[in-house]
Amino acid sequence: MNKIVSKEYFSAHVVKLEVEAPLIARSRKAGHFVIVKTGEKGERIPLTIAGADLEKGTITLVIQAVGGSSRKICALRVGDEITDLAGPLGRATHIEKAGTVVCAGGGVGVAPLMPIVEALHQAGNRVIAVLAARSKELVILEEQMRLHSDEVIVMTDDGSYGRKGLVTDGVESVINREKVDLCVTIGPAIMMKFVSALTKKYAIPTVASLNTIMVDGTGMCGACRVTVGGKIKFVCVDGPEFDAHQVDFDEMLMRLGAYRDIEKK
Amino acid sequence: MTTEEQIAIRRAEPWREELRKSVKAKDRSNMERVRMNELDAARRSHTNEEVNAGLTLGQARKEAQRCLDCAKPACMEGCPVSINIPTFIKYVEAGEILEAAKVLKETSSLPAVCGRVCPQEKQCEARCIHLKMKKEAVAIGYLERFAADYERTSGHVFIPEPDRPNGVKIAVAGSGPAGLSFAGAMAKSGYRVTVFEALHEIGGVLKYGIPEFRLPNEIVDVEIDVLKRMGVTFLTNCIIGKTITYEDLRNDGFRGIFVASGAGLPNFMNIPGENLTGVMSSNEYLTRVNLMDAASPESDTPVLTGKKVAVIGGGNTAMDSVRTALRLGAERSMLVYRRSAEEMPARMEEVKHAREEGVEFLTLYNPLAYIGDAQGRVKQMRLQKMALGQADASGRRRPVPVEGAIETIEADEVIVSIGVSPNPLIPSAFRGLDVSKRGTVVVNESTMQSSLCDVYAGGDIVRGGATVILAMGDGRRAAAAMHERLKIINRQ
Repeated sequence: MNKIVSKEYFSAHVVKLEVEAPLIARSRKAGHFVIVKTGEKGERIPLTIAGADLEKGTITLVIQAVGGSSRKICALRVGDEITDLAGPLGRATHIEKAGTVVCAGGGVGVAPLMPIVEALHQAGNRVIAVLAARSKELVILEEQMRLHSDEVIVMTDDGSYGRKGLVTDGVESVINREKVDLCVTIGPAIMMKFVSALTKKYAIPTVASLNTIMVDGTGMCGACRVTVGGKIKFVCVDGPEFDAHQVDFDEMLMRLGAYRDIEKK
Repeated sequence: MTTEEQIAIRRAEPWREELRKSVKAKDRSNMERVRMNELDAARRSHTNEEVNAGLTLGQARKEAQRCLDCAKPACMEGCPVSINIPTFIKYVEAGEILEAAKVLKETSSLPAVCGRVCPQEKQCEARCIHLKMKKEAVAIGYLERFAADYERTSGHVFIPEPDRPNGVKIAVAGSGPAGLSFAGAMAKSGYRVTVFEALHEIGGVLKYGIPEFRLPNEIVDVEIDVLKRMGVTFLTNCIIGKTITYEDLRNDGFRGIFVASGAGLPNFMNIPGENLTGVMSSNEYLTRVNLMDAASPESDTPVLTGKKVAVIGGGNTAMDSVRTALRLGAERSMLVYRRSAEEMPARMEEVKHAREEGVEFLTLYNPLAYIGDAQGRVKQMRLQKMALGQADASGRRRPVPVEGAIETIEADEVIVSIGVSPNPLIPSAFRGLDVSKRGTVVVNESTMQSSLCDVYAGGDIVRGGATVILAMGDGRRAAAAMHERLKIINRQ
């Protein structure tokens, strides 16, 4: 069960795993996530699905080693099994023909953006992907993105690759040159906050896929709650995608830090 | 044969008549009710050990003598799973404890669990004949627990013999009390039962919700093992409606589906500061501590621990949370409840245990807001003092704010335990399933059948938030009704 069939390092701390999960591969859609737990005493963490291969019966996960649990997952080798894997969870991305769509991904957020780009492109949208990373080594999935979008703009903080600047600079350059009908953004909360602030200024509808703390991931614990449009929403069952302009990102950022001081090694 | 006739036949067995006559009814009535052996409060408030220690064989047999073995046992009417109470108690009195345990298993899949967490004082014991004579009820719950524990530790665990396998596949969504009870009843009738569980552990609320000190996981596992030995298959990490759809189940040949997916989204009060860090639902708190074992250094899952912990609510889950906080080292463990102690829905035993262990009861207080520090961690709560007004629809006196009486109290952790809404996954995934405004699955109350003819449902997904035993009763009723329906279909 849940055997790892391939592993690829995108960079020193970013790993792509292909995991045997035929039932999830069959039922997942763009935007869905899974709960992953490694080891008997492991933590349950949500990871957005980055792709699936129906023939092989596998799903693809891209993980950045940032904390104890993600480091443990990244350390797994081909042939190892993920102790517990459950999904697909959350609501799938609403895919329709909107016109021109800018998909803004930051860091490992580019991975879960991949199936959304694919689906939007297939639905007949003009898709412009803006991929942002701190530096050249951290840019991921660029080739694959090019296959499924009309244009790819790469932004790096240090200018070591593509254009120098933040993801928002890339998005704004598109807005300045053509009409954008929809924006989809996935990445660190702080990045989505700024993308959202930018598109709000231009009144461009924007969807953000939120990755909050979860325990069960099935609509039970409420750890993932966020304020959207002044109301409590649960990312695991109401999301993970929301109207970015309605999301209280500051509160979300604060809640993401809840366990920062006590996270176990 | 009617239930009354069955009761009468067993009551008329010679051993039992003899036993009945061996002690005069008056003498039985005059005996004092047994007291449960408990761990010392000072010791237990800092460990996860079970608080109730159970009865000794001598205590149990003596308590069993108090039962008058009524011809019309009202206690049985108070039991949602219709345990033949006088029969099992008389076996205890006779010292035939394994026989007593067998009687329990005739209608209950989880006797060791029910003996611990059922609100007997509101069910079977509330109907005991002794109460009419101003005496204390027979301690049916303690005796149930005794018989189940005795059997478990005896090494002679009885596995009910299922009927001849009929090959018909049945699916259960959820492995909590409703699902387990249903699975046991259907397995006994010869069905091929598969229980699908969304989490990585089997047991549902018995594992993630109820703490070790009230219901050790080991007890739950033994009862699950009995079901496995009866042929029930369990599949964890499988979410019905997500991993496998309703249509998938039908295509895979499942002829009946029982939805027991339980409670879901926690309710919040929608007051300022409720999303500060350190404020969480009892579901989250208890799941971290019970299911994920977060208090243990070996677990990767963290849990916030406060020095001054406030739990909001007055139910059993609130009691479990506030007593857990004590055990995780809180200096002040406070229960904030908007009515008075008398109106609390929690079991009296839990309230008593909590008081003994040092929980502070802030009754007639209602939270207005939580105040955080610079990092967004809760540090204080503002409480409105309440007074009791006129009785409301529930028959309890309604709490009304005392004007101007607002207090600020230090609290660095707040656990909100004011109820849950049904789990939304299945209601939103099964096309054609009738769902109420509250999100509960709508069923025929006597058969538990939903608007989809092959889908039955029970437990919190139907009731919104109830007890283990009511969920188990639903499971049994659904199993009986589904069995009847499938028998008729098979004959056609």
